[in-house]
Amino acid sequence: MNKPLTKNIDPKRGPLNLKDYEKAGGYQGMEKALKEMQPGDVTKVVKDSGLRGRGGAGFPTGVKWGFVPMGDNAPHPKYLICNADEMEPGTYKDRLLMEQDPHLLVESMIVSGYAMQADIGYIFLRAEYAEAEKALRKAIAEVYGKKYLGGNILGTNWSFELYIHTSAGRYICGEETALLNALEGKRAIPRAKPPFPPVVGLFGKPTIVNNVETLCSVPHIVNNGAIWYKDLSKTDDAGTKIYGVSGKVKKPGLWELPMGTTMREIIEEHAGGMQDDVKFRGVIPGGASTDFLVEEHYDLPMDYNEVQKAGSRLGTGTMIILDDQTCPVGMVHSLEKFFARESCGFCTPCRDGLPWVEKILRALEEGEGREDDIATLEMHGKFLGPGNTFCAFAPGAVEPLQSAIKYFRDDFQRHINQKRCPWR
Amino acid sequence: MATIYVDGKTYEVNHVNNLLHECLQKGIDIPYFCWHPAMGSVGSCRQCAVKQYKDENDATGQIVMSCMVPATDGTKISVDDPEAAAFRKSVIEWLMTNHPHDCPICDEGGECHLQDMTVMTGHAYRRFRFKKKTYINQYLGPLINHEMNRCIQCYRCVRFYKDYAHGDDFDVFGAHNHVYFGRHEDGVLQNEFSGNLVEVCPTGVFTDKTLKQHYTRKWDMTTAPSICTHCGVGCNTIGAERYGGVRRILNRYNGQVNGYFLCDRGRYGYDYVNSAHRIRTPMRRKSNGELGTASKDDVIGNLKNILARKKKVIGIGSPRASVESNFALKKFVGADKYYTGLSDTASKLVEQVIGILKNGPVRSPSLKDIRESDAVFILGEDVTNTAPMMALALRQSVRQAPLKLVDMVKIPRWHEYAVQDVIQQRKGPFFIAGVAGTKLDDIATRTYYAEPDDIARLGYAVAHLLDNNAPAVKKLDEEIRQLAEEIAQALSKAERPLIVSGISLGSEVIIHAAANVAASLSKEQKRTNISYIVPEANTMGVGLLGGGSVGDAIRSAREKKADTVIIFENDLYRRANKESVDTFLKQFENVIVIDYLKNNTTEKATVVLPAGTFGETGGTFVNYEGRAQRYFQVYYQKDELKESWRWLREATMAAGHNDFKEWDNLDAVVGAVNREAAALRNINVAAPTSRFSISGMKMSRSSARYSGRTAIRAHENVHEQKPPDDPDAPFTFTMEGFSGLKPPALNNLFWAPRWNSVQSLTRFQEEIGGPLRGGDPGVRLIEPPGNISFSFFTDIPAAFEKRDDEFYTVPVYHIFGSDELSIQASWIQELTAKPYILLNRRDAETKKLNAGDEPDVQLSGVTLKLPVKISDAIPQGVAGMPVGIPGMDNVLLPGWVKI
Amino acid sequence: MSIDSETMLSNEEQKEIQHEFEHYETKQAACIEALMIVQKHRGWISDDVVKDIAAFLEMSPDEVDSVASFYNLIFRHPVGRNVIFLCDSVSCWVMGSTAIGEHIKQKLGIDYGQTTEDKRFTLLPIACLGTCDHAPAMMINRDTHRNLTPEKVDTVLEKYK
Ligand SMILES: Cc1cc2nc3c(=O)[nH]c(=O)nc-3n(C[C@H](O)[C@H](O)[C@H](O)COP(=O)(O)O)c2cc1C
Ligand code: SF4
Ligand code: FES
Repeated sequence: MNKPLTKNIDPKRGPLNLKDYEKAGGYQGMEKALKEMQPGDVTKVVKDSGLRGRGGAGFPTGVKWGFVPMGDNAPHPKYLICNADEMEPGTYKDRLLMEQDPHLLVESMIVSGYAMQADIGYIFLRAEYAEAEKALRKAIAEVYGKKYLGGNILGTNWSFELYIHTSAGRYICGEETALLNALEGKRAIPRAKPPFPPVVGLFGKPTIVNNVETLCSVPHIVNNGAIWYKDLSKTDDAGTKIYGVSGKVKKPGLWELPMGTTMREIIEEHAGGMQDDVKFRGVIPGGASTDFLVEEHYDLPMDYNEVQKAGSRLGTGTMIILDDQTCPVGMVHSLEKFFARESCGFCTPCRDGLPWVEKILRALEEGEGREDDIATLEMHGKFLGPGNTFCAFAPGAVEPLQSAIKYFRDDFQRHINQKRCPWR
Repeated sequence: MATIYVDGKTYEVNHVNNLLHECLQKGIDIPYFCWHPAMGSVGSCRQCAVKQYKDENDATGQIVMSCMVPATDGTKISVDDPEAAAFRKSVIEWLMTNHPHDCPICDEGGECHLQDMTVMTGHAYRRFRFKKKTYINQYLGPLINHEMNRCIQCYRCVRFYKDYAHGDDFDVFGAHNHVYFGRHEDGVLQNEFSGNLVEVCPTGVFTDKTLKQHYTRKWDMTTAPSICTHCGVGCNTIGAERYGGVRRILNRYNGQVNGYFLCDRGRYGYDYVNSAHRIRTPMRRKSNGELGTASKDDVIGNLKNILARKKKVIGIGSPRASVESNFALKKFVGADKYYTGLSDTASKLVEQVIGILKNGPVRSPSLKDIRESDAVFILGEDVTNTAPMMALALRQSVRQAPLKLVDMVKIPRWHEYAVQDVIQQRKGPFFIAGVAGTKLDDIATRTYYAEPDDIARLGYAVAHLLDNNAPAVKKLDEEIRQLAEEIAQALSKAERPLIVSGISLGSEVIIHAAANVAASLSKEQKRTNISYIVPEANTMGVGLLGGGSVGDAIRSAREKKADTVIIFENDLYRRANKESVDTFLKQFENVIVIDYLKNNTTEKATVVLPAGTFGETGGTFVNYEGRAQRYFQVYYQKDELKESWRWLREATMAAGHNDFKEWDNLDAVVGAVNREAAALRNINVAAPTSRFSISGMKMSRSSARYSGRTAIRAHENVHEQKPPDDPDAPFTFTMEGFSGLKPPALNNLFWAPRWNSVQSLTRFQEEIGGPLRGGDPGVRLIEPPGNISFSFFTDIPAAFEKRDDEFYTVPVYHIFGSDELSIQASWIQELTAKPYILLNRRDAETKKLNAGDEPDVQLSGVTLKLPVKISDAIPQGVAGMPVGIPGMDNVLLPGWVKI
Repeated sequence: MSIDSETMLSNEEQKEIQHEFEHYETKQAACIEALMIVQKHRGWISDDVVKDIAAFLEMSPDEVDSVASFYNLIFRHPVGRNVIFLCDSVSCWVMGSTAIGEHIKQKLGIDYGQTTEDKRFTLLPIACLGTCDHAPAMMINRDTHRNLTPEKVDTVLEKYK
């Protein structure tokens, strides 16, 4: 089984119901965890497996769980939250998992909830994912029917409720502390860290936030062990990864592949290569907030460490391809328009800097660029970096900007010189 | 303590604070916006960026927000680092992208923190070439002007209004670069502390709308340290003048008292000084019976004869007149013929309060102590309306208990949003026993609405639970016993419990019960405080001076055989019922009134002399705490507006008495008070004497940039006139004189090089958010004696029994309206409550009354038509009526009324 | 909890909101759900509705509006019977969403943020719909339409009356 996350997925057939999911080996991870393991053992195997967060930051999941206060004196209720906000442009992997195999996520929530002895779980779902919501609600109802959720699960004395919260929009809700505010019915402004959510989170209680794909790996790790999981990967970063490609390739889509599969293999083999009339110029490797990579990186193994070394981030592992028929400035403009609009408005550089960036890029596209515009853009690239803004949103927002200037500077300059977009 | 390194220099700092705080403390200029010493750090503006280095070997460093980093030992930062400086400049550049650049017509101009920070960061050249976004402004009521286009989104306004003052009708709306600070819809801001937005906002979004009516720039105003005249809390203010009128009131920081804030009554109540009802010249009753303007000589000449027969003179002072004036009057007429000017009830209760504070085991707290209390029990006060700033302090107290959790997870207390994330909805114990719903109910753990005697019974019950020696309450309802139990437990668990009570309900038993609670708590060696609220700026001052009440004056007038009464700054019709005052005043051949506003009493006077308000005179007030504080004349005036004591001096000297011969300035009077009035000893410590100088200079009232210095009186005389002297104060009336750092009692202008706004305050404080340099001004006159044995009060009343035909009617206070002076301001009148009678829903049903009906209400002979207001929070058998407001002039409460 | 007859919220709306209360530690936490529920029934959130929801959640209208105005899927202005959310994020942009947008604008005679005169459609841009492998895409109400071409847009729009 080298595609644990997607083995049950067959879009033509649709998601498995509880019975069929169990038949396919489902809820065995749950049985094993709850019946044979102590909560701490579950955390340990996840830690040992080397699983890293698939939400974009790649933080080791077991380590994060380790921060949760355990034992009799631990505050309750504790919360486990599945981050299913997936609003990062170019990213659509969690949608697949939730629409096509909702029981995997539900099982994952139970196992992970058990590990931290959570009392309540929420799936924080973006509003646009109506089909996912339907599938999940059905799965949760089935599972409540079978008493895998609710009080005293499998006679363990441990109780766990699972709810879905559908969001009302705003990309920043995906940032885990903004998400907590959104769940508390407030404006989704990021929170200060520390305190970190595992200690002081939702309603001030210990809280773990994990991405859908991250969580979905957990039952398999519990079932098959840490070594098995590590071995799935081609590199030091463990497990499989759902990679995606969008843009002008022949077969855009999603594939679960060993972590560390090269960019070339993903684009050429799985996505069918570039469309016939266009050439590859560059790629944003892991969702909108990662730096461009270019042809020289074509053979890069796509894992957290390697992509970082190449000057970008694996992010969500869903690549957006820039081709030679597409204007890089226009592409960055589209991205920055998104970021300017989605800024939460709390801190100055992001709130007021990104609209400026967006306006300059638009001016470039409309032939109104000025000589010093590139310098102003670069200033933003630099000053909206990590630490300068309140959260990671703005640093993410300027990653494609600064790398685009780095790799496609001539194209920016041509817009200014020619007073028009050369692609129009 | 910790050692930190800033640009190569070494500083010893306090590790509990953040770097921004500590750098400002050390005089290092770091620009900032969102940080506020009373409200902590949130890290939204990113203006306070500095470079931080890990260690000696770290040459690159990292940009951090100095307000978000603790000043831990060994921290190494650079403010001057070119990258950090460039980033700070960019922050201003971003903030200014949409700013209207309308400084010339902005009320904030010249005292604008945004201007200062723009200059400080060096942003001078505009690169942003795109369209600005614009907003529509809102009507926020008569006090505050809204100009959203100037907003720099620092979030300070909403943090003050919502998080600090707990207002819920103001918020932030929208997202990304369309965030809007205002109301859900246009309308009057409901929070009593809304005026602080004016000082909290670092730019011109929220400005003083009343200042707009007679606008003057900061540097063109003449200013003096003052004390608020609108309640007994004694907040420190700065009075500011131009062209002979008060233009505005600003907060004057006092770490022990009001800190950074004022209430709206205090900030906006000043306009009585400019009122058309001011008495500006001496007046005499003419032969035709009319009161008409007279020359000073004429009046003094007249008084000369009257006052020559000193034995026949009685004097009535006032809780809104200074200690000095009251003292002078008492000294002149003699202790047996001096009356404090308090009503019967107030007089009796203030005496009780002073007795308890002086002899009891428990201390009366400053507002700072109140902010730091960790459990509160209020008996019978609607604090928001009777002592507004104390209510704001109380609102902070509910954070104290939950802050322990914050300490446990090692979040620094200044890290505001992190603190809030930890605290969540938790609030410390806070109990209110009152006659009707109050504005503090939203933070209360439990509220108990009852008739005053029942409130006292609850208090007595709590005291008994805390200490068996305190008397027990008989026939207590089980429900109330349980409540008492809960309160007693919460108080005894606290480290700094606070009991709040006061004289507003006119109930002696409540005051006694409160004392018992406090005394029984203090036995456990904890820092227990008791705070008694008194209504006027100098109620405590006259209480300490001692004397009979207005009622006593009325009752003993005949036997005293006096033919002359001198009344200082007091409208007796607010102190006793109309008939008795009428009869009383009629008995005198001479009714000499010295006051600044026309009122019912001045109408009856035979002689009226124009007193000065806080704008035109100086003196001392003693606040609820027993803190004597000095206020200084704000501006020079050539009218005959004088301190009441000075008029008395002039008249008595004319009459040949030499009592006051030596009193040629305020210092002399203060000195006499100090020597002769034991209860007021040390009052001279409240402020330096008039002789105080620095480098041979008096302090300047006007700023060094004052315009029109030589022209301002050019319509009288084109020659430059000699600046008038002020014999009473260590101040000049002009820009001449010392304008550097003054002793704390003399701060009249917060202004420092590079800091033109009130943010310059950090330069005036010994410790940011702590005491002023040289110590917070004011002197506490009352401290509990070392070891005393308090004997518990035992006058436990029987439970309230309602009557079938009458309602026990209690006074209801309004921040806008109940105070005699502030209501003179037209904008306060706009906000004033209309007369009403408040009834319990069931009682209204029994009486077949609906809200808005106007039944006849009979109260001690007076009949009023009052619209009915209905509440669930007032007990049955009890009614409430607003006091002090127009239309309720002649109502003295509590009492039984018929409907 | 009983149904409060004083608020203008319908019984059904109240019941649905009350159901959400059970999922949270505080009533106020259900604020976003409450807004979404009422919007589902009424299409948008008027000032009066803000007040009703506020009363129901024991919040002030200002507090509710502060939340409501933050989220882009809560409409504080009236919208048409059908809301077209056209994805304008990067993958769709690369795949030609601008042209699709122009096509819709022209066809309906409205710009982003506007509603057709017959109140049939409102057109709004939206962030990535998470279906980038089938770009360009749009969502109408809650249905996602993928691999758009001008011709396909024409047929799809026909389905919404
Ligand atoms: C602006 C921003 C948006 C984010 N959006 C998402 C998201 O939609 N889904 C997600 O799983 N993580 C998102 N993240 C990452 C989360 O903050 C968090 O790191 C993640 O949910 C943790 O889960 P993981 O450790 O399983 O990856 C976002 C982060 C930022 C800064
Ligand atoms: S960087 Fe600042 S404005 Fe941007 S999303 Fe984060 S906190 Fe909000
Ligand atoms: S003052 Fe430090 S971020 Fe605003």
